[in-house]
Amino acid sequence: MKIGFYPGCSLTGSSREYNESLLAIAKEAGVELFEIKDWNCCGATAAHNLSKELSLSLPARNLALAELEEMDELVVPCAACFNRLVMTQHELSEKEDVRKVISEKLQMPLKNNVKIYNVLQFLEKHIVPRLDQLVKNPLTYDVACYYGCLLVRPQKVMKSDRFEDPMSMDVIMTKLGANPIDWPFKTECCGAGFSVSKTEIVGELSGKIVRNATDRGAKAIVVACPMCHSNLDMRRPAINTYLNMKMDIPVIYITQAIALAMGLTPCQAGIQRHFVPVNLTVNR
Amino acid sequence: MDKEGLSFKVSQATGVNIRECYQCGKCTAGCPVGERMDLRPSVIMRMLQSGDSASEEEILRSNSIWLCLTCETCYSRCPMELDIPKVFDYLREKSYAEGKVNAQSSDIVTFHKSFLNAVERNGRLHEMSLILDYKIHSGNLFQDVTLAPEMYGKGKLHILPERIKDRKGLARLFKDQFKKRKS
Repeated sequence: MKIGFYPGCSLTGSSREYNESLLAIAKEAGVELFEIKDWNCCGATAAHNLSKELSLSLPARNLALAELEEMDELVVPCAACFNRLVMTQHELSEKEDVRKVISEKLQMPLKNNVKIYNVLQFLEKHIVPRLDQLVKNPLTYDVACYYGCLLVRPQKVMKSDRFEDPMSMDVIMTKLGANPIDWPFKTECCGAGFSVSKTEIVGELSGKIVRNATDRGAKAIVVACPMCHSNLDMRRPAINTYLNMKMDIPVIYITQAIALAMGLTPCQAGIQRHFVPVNLTVNR
Repeated sequence: MDKEGLSFKVSQATGVNIRECYQCGKCTAGCPVGERMDLRPSVIMRMLQSGDSASEEEILRSNSIWLCLTCETCYSRCPMELDIPKVFDYLREKSYAEGKVNAQSSDIVTFHKSFLNAVERNGRLHEMSLILDYKIHSGNLFQDVTLAPEMYGKGKLHILPERIKDRKGLARLFKDQFKKRKS
């Protein structure tokens, strides 16, 4: 079976540690990922805000390329890209006429049948079954699993478990030895694409998430989305301004947590690339 | 229903039957930016139902449609399962195409356009190009001036963009996309 890989733009830049840690743990587990050749940006928030057609054609080009390379599964670690690709696949499968128009525009065949996996689904299927052998340094602290919007909503299309209180990341973190806390901000919005254009909104929305995780005793927030990560980590100054206090809680990707539990070095997990320092020690 | 009216066009384009909204207000209650909106989601749904042209104009010129983060909370909680974010996508595209973007939302829209400009140029987003394009078009030249060097230091910002090979295919997707736009 050929597992395709769509990194998306963030993973080549501002969230390259997500890419590094994902590839590192896949290698440890002996899972081979094939990057789609000549992939393009999914269009993200900008495309669906300004142009319906681009919001379908940009993701669809990647789906068509994955088909050309005969990929059975496609792993999309960025939650935003995952959401756009799945929404496109859903819309094109519901509307045959739209699929034809997009396929013609692409000048590529589009059967629209690649199985798209987000990072949690990929981990569950390919990495978690091998964790028993691979976990060398169990994690020993309380964590807040933060899912954000795009992995779980709209629940009918994302086919998410318990969209107000998802558990799949919590289950994985438990297998690593960590203790996921019970908290109410799992699927609250971080401010998403307003990082640059409305930074103060990100400060407020992300600030509430960071404060609640801290108040409930978490030693780290675990994420599976580059946008969530950059808002909670890189935008910490805006968060501190909103909360009027300095918050120290680090934000790590689920793939980094797995890499650390597998005994890979912090450098291999890309920990040094964070803005908020990550100093995780035993807390129980 | 008025076939010239906005609510008819919305229903046609999105498949969302606006008339099914019975104003329970859950969308507005759960909206993370509802407090900042001039017209809250349930109010926009009601105004679409009333269907008068003054309301339509007010919606297209509101800042609400641009403040929406598409977090999909409203849709996930709507008892009638109305896809409000899809309605908002339609309203945004129309507001932009007709040059009716609310002045308070200009930074948001400028950012989206800078993003698409960057994608059109290379096929992939080059974050440095996006920021420069945004600064020029928004006039916010001094925003985040310390952030870029820090990102660069952490290996998160590349000087040169990655470009895809299929330039023609990419150009075809962008052709005529924003041609009819009034400014």
